[in-house]
Amino acid sequence: MNAAGFPLLSLLTFLPLVGAGIILFVRGEEAVVASNARWTALWTSLITFGLSLILWFQFDKSTADFQFVEQMSWMPEFGLGYHMGVDGISVLFVLLSTALTPLCILSSWEAIQSRVREYMIAFLVLETMMVGMFSSLDVVMFYIFFEGVLIPMFLIIGVWGGARRVYAAYKLFLYTLLGSLLMLLAMLVLWYQAGTTSIPAIFELTIAPSTQMWLFLAFFASFAVKVPMWPVHTWLPDAHVEAPTAGSVILAGVLLKMGAYGFLRFSLPLLPQATEWFAPLIFALSVVAVVYTSLVALAQEDMKKLIAYSSVAHMGIVTIGIFTLNHQGISGAIFQMLSHGVVSGALFLCVGVLYDRVHSREIARYGGVAKIMPSYAMVFMLFTMGSVALPGTAGFPGEFLVIVGAWHANPWVAFGAALGMILGAGYMLYLYRRVVFSKITREDLKALLDLSPREYVTFAPLILLTLWMGIYPSSFLSFFEASVAALVSRHEAAMALPRLAGM
Amino acid sequence: MYVGAVFFPLLGACISGFFGRWIGDKAAQWASVICMALAAICGVSAFIQVAYGHAPATLEIATWLDVGGLQLSWALRYDTLAAVMVGMVTVASTMIHLYSVGYMSHDPTQPRFFAYLSLFTFMMLMLVTADNLLQLFFGWEGIGLASYLLIGYWYEKESANRAAMKAFIVNRVGDLFFMLGMGLTFWTFGSIEFNTIFQGVEAARQVTFAGFPVVEVIALLFFLGAMGKSAQIGLHTWLPDAMEGPTPVSALIHAATLVTAGVFLMARMSPVVEYAPNVLGFITFIGATTAFFAASVGMVQNDIKRVIAYSTCSQLGYMFFAIGVGAYQAAVFHLFTHAFFKALLFLSAGSVIHAMSDEQDIRKMGGIWKKIPVTYAMFWIGSLALAGVPYFAGYYSKDFVLEAAYAGHGWTAKYAFLMGIVAAFMTAFYSWRLIILTFHGTPRADHHTMEHVHESPAVMLIPLFGLAVGALFAGAYFSGDFVGHHWAEFWNGSIVNAPHNHIMHEAHEVPSWVPLAPTVVGVAGIVLAYVLYMFLPHLPGRIAAAVPGLYRFLLNKWYFDELYDRAIVQPLRRLAVQLWKVGDVKIIDGMPNGAASLTAQASGRVVRFQTGRVANYAFAMIIGLVLFVSIFLFGVGR
Repeated sequence: MNAAGFPLLSLLTFLPLVGAGIILFVRGEEAVVASNARWTALWTSLITFGLSLILWFQFDKSTADFQFVEQMSWMPEFGLGYHMGVDGISVLFVLLSTALTPLCILSSWEAIQSRVREYMIAFLVLETMMVGMFSSLDVVMFYIFFEGVLIPMFLIIGVWGGARRVYAAYKLFLYTLLGSLLMLLAMLVLWYQAGTTSIPAIFELTIAPSTQMWLFLAFFASFAVKVPMWPVHTWLPDAHVEAPTAGSVILAGVLLKMGAYGFLRFSLPLLPQATEWFAPLIFALSVVAVVYTSLVALAQEDMKKLIAYSSVAHMGIVTIGIFTLNHQGISGAIFQMLSHGVVSGALFLCVGVLYDRVHSREIARYGGVAKIMPSYAMVFMLFTMGSVALPGTAGFPGEFLVIVGAWHANPWVAFGAALGMILGAGYMLYLYRRVVFSKITREDLKALLDLSPREYVTFAPLILLTLWMGIYPSSFLSFFEASVAALVSRHEAAMALPRLAGM
Repeated sequence: MYVGAVFFPLLGACISGFFGRWIGDKAAQWASVICMALAAICGVSAFIQVAYGHAPATLEIATWLDVGGLQLSWALRYDTLAAVMVGMVTVASTMIHLYSVGYMSHDPTQPRFFAYLSLFTFMMLMLVTADNLLQLFFGWEGIGLASYLLIGYWYEKESANRAAMKAFIVNRVGDLFFMLGMGLTFWTFGSIEFNTIFQGVEAARQVTFAGFPVVEVIALLFFLGAMGKSAQIGLHTWLPDAMEGPTPVSALIHAATLVTAGVFLMARMSPVVEYAPNVLGFITFIGATTAFFAASVGMVQNDIKRVIAYSTCSQLGYMFFAIGVGAYQAAVFHLFTHAFFKALLFLSAGSVIHAMSDEQDIRKMGGIWKKIPVTYAMFWIGSLALAGVPYFAGYYSKDFVLEAAYAGHGWTAKYAFLMGIVAAFMTAFYSWRLIILTFHGTPRADHHTMEHVHESPAVMLIPLFGLAVGALFAGAYFSGDFVGHHWAEFWNGSIVNAPHNHIMHEAHEVPSWVPLAPTVVGVAGIVLAYVLYMFLPHLPGRIAAAVPGLYRFLLNKWYFDELYDRAIVQPLRRLAVQLWKVGDVKIIDGMPNGAASLTAQASGRVVRFQTGRVANYAFAMIIGLVLFVSIFLFGVGR
């Protein structure tokens, strides 16, 4: 059946739902329920993560084929079915999702005090949706999970968020939903043309170039909002600012990757001509995103908003990398997605540490934290450096590969992407300076405590990953080496066909 | 041994950084000092083995990247060029570590300081032993990080934080070009490993990029990268501000090692740069202009460390125009001697500052030479070497650089020679201005400070002696190998001169007045400084008052900072706020929010139709039904 010998991906997807079900049936006093809900959620997510490690060890890196495949037909007359599997591109995102969820639950341990049970349920459902999205090989399933992610996220922001949470939640929901409806249309077209919803089967299609353009735009509407690309990015800062810390971590860590993943899964392999045609547009939007949002980040006065804008800039690098359509660029983009998931997630946790203590995200409220929280200052510094892509941290290999790849596509795009290096250093160091350095002027800051053991446990895996990905990126790059090679050669072959025909 | 030279400092950094809180300040300090000493032993023996035993070696450690033909390893490359740098860096760093034990003795967070210092040394060693451009870039950015941390070490000082940020960001401007250079190199040579690049140069000379020879473009991009790190004119503004860091940091980072990384990069890339004649001309021009500019600014500064900082900037200009005329060996030789005497000068300045209770303004010093005689002597040795007085270290290297400039071809080389001579005069002048204002004359500090003036402890003086030995003898001892008749054998192919480049030979055959010229102008500068500041101390003020425009121009460092602030920093800030408040909030968010409020208004109007009276609804329904049916019938009837 597959390498694991049992339906691993289904288990990974639905185990969190089982956990959520258990929490649902916990009864008793409020404090007991809260404590039980926390522990159940933590153990469920840890077990899920432990199981997902099987993917890490048993994934065959030498092939670009889908692995751990599970297939059942559901409505064969319509071509609908249950189809799961991962290839090199998606496998690490499954792992990223399962790895970040327990950290999020840990980080909300004390921060969330109201409706703990519902909160934990929402997170476990969210995990189900994320893992399902990355491992589904059927467009209908993909669509369901892709949209399903929104529901728990909407609730997490809308219920446990900050002051303007309802506005932010609706903005997130409406923006992403509008794009997705067009994607649904595109998927219906694919379904009609292929007669099946199975993604590997749809890959066999050859789509007429004129149709490709429309399909591309339809997918683009959905993915560009999710990435988010300029100018449909403004939902993100609002969502981040209002979301609770753990919500921001998942939002930045995993949800933003869904759009880019969609480009890699659908746009590139299915619509080669359209991709080539629209690449300059994407480059232009991405370079604008990198420069524009970096500058906007420079002007922010709210820590979370600043990091949110930096995410838009980093995702701009990712979209540049994807549409370079060469090996270095795409590998760099995938690596950047992973590293951004780790680093920006960690940065939001860093903000959360201060927020939990002082209950303010305003940068001017802080200053001189290094004096009383030296360990925190060090951890924050490491992730700041990861974010500015210092070599030796996770941020660098991705950005470097994208710039190398972009140079081949167009040197000016590479230049635009590289401008992000300077501006990125600008806004991150400016943030760090205002929050961590200089003299403590406020009395209440002097009483802050350094990281607690629980916070150490939360940060430790992220620190380890940041350094590991920076110093020895091969162990991650090797996962998608074959898949990216296949993707690139597939694209080149598709582009060569009409040229031959034209001759 | 090869591995030890590089990784002992990392070990030291980890011990004092992570365990400093548990093992105590003293233990953390000495752990990092001992690690550095071990590294120095390894480094020097590696230098002897590689440079004199002619046994270059490359050690592979692990794969780093392997993406679609882009294959890179972590590796240590020891050839003569790397070995020279390793030897120099480890020795200078050990001295400075030792000195810091005394200098930082009153600091509350010493382990942090030593961790940063050792981390810096490790990164620098990674840079010089890199086997490919990416590892070089790792070290390059690593030293940037370490210098950011060290400049901002006293993070409670707002000025230090600003300076640290400025250093990092200005360096990043250079790094951008370095990155692009790596991109172009990869697509040209198919690799960014040095061996492959150097072998591919011949083939690459035929390739063009956007109408220009690709080799020229690559050389230009790397030089623009080097300009940031090595504080060449235009990207130099971070270096004087970096003096906010503790003095040992200034000595190690901003004199001996970090700023020379750009020179090293150019020397390392010599096989490529050699075939980019136009870029070489540009390098010569920039280097010469920097040498002149920084020396002219150095003449009027009043902060003891800033004077030395501008002097560093000026000497880096010398190194770059040496590279520009093709005499890479001379540039590295000057880099090597400069490390000793400039570190000596900085540490002596630190000793002065220590004695004067942290005073840095030379207008508030004077009359202290009898109280701190050892420091005074050391300052003299450093200045003599810097001014290029015969038989001191700087004499050999600076003379040879100027000879090479004289022998070089093209107008840029002539320009460099001229600027070099003028700068040599100014160098001597500001050095003795500094000495006289600092040590001689009537004491200008307050009584309380003067009472406390004391010689530094032995732990600070011993490193001074060590560096003084270098400043005295390094030039005489090594000149035969670095630039003398054995140079080809010594460098052993680690620096490449193209077949058409005979500069190393021609530099030895310049007219006999050329080698004398720097000495003459140097002595003239010293004499002038004596006349002006020792014997006629009122004259400098009057001269400054006579040409106020020029004086202010120099005092304000040619207005570079103001220019950048007005032309780049302020507009960008305003733009940032505009983009946010107008672009994002008004325009991008305005549209959907506007649409939303339109919908809300519309629904408000619709509400009015809902009157709640059944008769109204029924009436509406009937009208609707009639319309519907008639349309249907009309459609069918056709």
